[in-house]
Amino acid sequence: MDFELMINSFPKLLNATVITLKLLSASLFFGLFIGLLFAVLRMNKNPIINKFAYGYSYVFRGTPLLVQIFIIYFGLGQIEYLRSTALWVILKEPYWCAIIAFALNTGAYTSEILRSAFQTIKPGFIEAGKSLGISNKIIFYKIQIPIAIRQSLPAYGNEIILMLKGTSLASTVTLMDLTGVAKYIISTTFKPIEVFIVAGSIYLFMTFLIHNLIKFLEKKYSY
Amino acid sequence: MNIIKKFSLGLLITLFLSISAHADKIRIGTEGAYPPWNSKDASGKLIGFEVELAWTLCRYIGKQCEIVEQDWDGMIPALLMRKFDAIMAGMSITAERQKTITFSQGYADEVAQLAVMKGSSLEGMDTPSGINLSLGGSDVKSALKTLTAALSGKTVCVQTATIHQNFLDSGDVGSVNVRTYKTQDEVNLDLASGRCDAALAAAVAFTDYAEKSGKPVVLVGPTFSGGAFGNGVGVGLRKGGDGEVGTRDAQLLKDFNKAIDQARKNGDISRIAIKWFGFDASM
Repeated sequence: MDFELMINSFPKLLNATVITLKLLSASLFFGLFIGLLFAVLRMNKNPIINKFAYGYSYVFRGTPLLVQIFIIYFGLGQIEYLRSTALWVILKEPYWCAIIAFALNTGAYTSEILRSAFQTIKPGFIEAGKSLGISNKIIFYKIQIPIAIRQSLPAYGNEIILMLKGTSLASTVTLMDLTGVAKYIISTTFKPIEVFIVAGSIYLFMTFLIHNLIKFLEKKYSY
Repeated sequence: MNIIKKFSLGLLITLFLSISAHADKIRIGTEGAYPPWNSKDASGKLIGFEVELAWTLCRYIGKQCEIVEQDWDGMIPALLMRKFDAIMAGMSITAERQKTITFSQGYADEVAQLAVMKGSSLEGMDTPSGINLSLGGSDVKSALKTLTAALSGKTVCVQTATIHQNFLDSGDVGSVNVRTYKTQDEVNLDLASGRCDAALAAAVAFTDYAEKSGKPVVLVGPTFSGGAFGNGVGVGLRKGGDGEVGTRDAQLLKDFNKAIDQARKNGDISRIAIKWFGFDASM
């Protein structure tokens, strides 16, 4: 065990963790909007809208994240027409390709988490609002959404942790995230065990923080 | 109960046999993704210059061989962890790698070159046709200066953990924006898509890709050799040491060196090189 290498690689890996966290927060930010939108679409009475939303979550939950990121990065890059459009400005960058793939993936899971949370809301809460003469819009924003968010906290916490680990796939499209830099250090030192132990510990520590943050929020918003 | 006992006994015996069968076999690791050096055909069978050469060398050594596939970025760690005994994967002999493993004498030599898509501004660079970094001199210096100016601010793509990456990281051509990929295939894809302004690899890797894909890939600038590019391609082996295993590793180095001598003398290396590269890359 080469402890000196572990100590030397730690600052470099910590530096790369910034990219990992950027990827994670951007993906979760966009993913939450996508998830909320599709959760609402899923509950729509119109069968076409409903099926469309179901199809989206079915496809993205049913295929590996690695395949999704490859299709978006290498796949779309092969379409010559796309390269002449303004979209290419975004798709040219591995960073944005990764965020698009991650956001679409986590969006699919988030939509399922939120949908089930919405459906567990007791009809009594909504009826109570209606009997007080509150409009449907206000009921949705002030009653349904807060309850749904509280209900989905444990499952969503899991999703954040899964997504954190998912960001390691960004290294497959040339991004120098935590895993990418770990691989780079290994490529010059040929010592995978030491470097991956340090990188793994950093992931574990971040998971620890996320886990505790969610636990704190669960307690705070318990009713 | 009896059936389970018999079954587990059988399992143990097979396990034991497969372990002991391993002991006398030379296992050779290759990537299978770097044509024409080594690659796979449509059915998934390993083919290429080094695959054919490996079987030839094994015949000279007089031992059974097995060719094992291994991703490039884990090649040296896998050798050290004894997943196989030798590397034949277009791996150049460099001082950097020699800190960790040892090499047989070189069996083939490749030159590296930059590639761009037709119409690139990098076409028509005014440099000598080839530079040897080990030699140095004013020619090399002025060529590197031209390259530094041309590549400034450009994205250059390479496969990870290669001599090509080491060269770009060395700062000899200034601070280019280096992007690393797991395989050469992915480098080729992104060169064609326009995400890379240029790519650096063995010249034959690009000509092979251009030929097979029909994409307008052109080689530009000088061919590179020496320095960070090493001294030819050899068989990568564990450093020999004390004890039974260490002796076996040391013996393997002698065996491969002798086999390469014989294969060279009999013209085998040249013949196989011409078959796969279209020219004699043997050394």
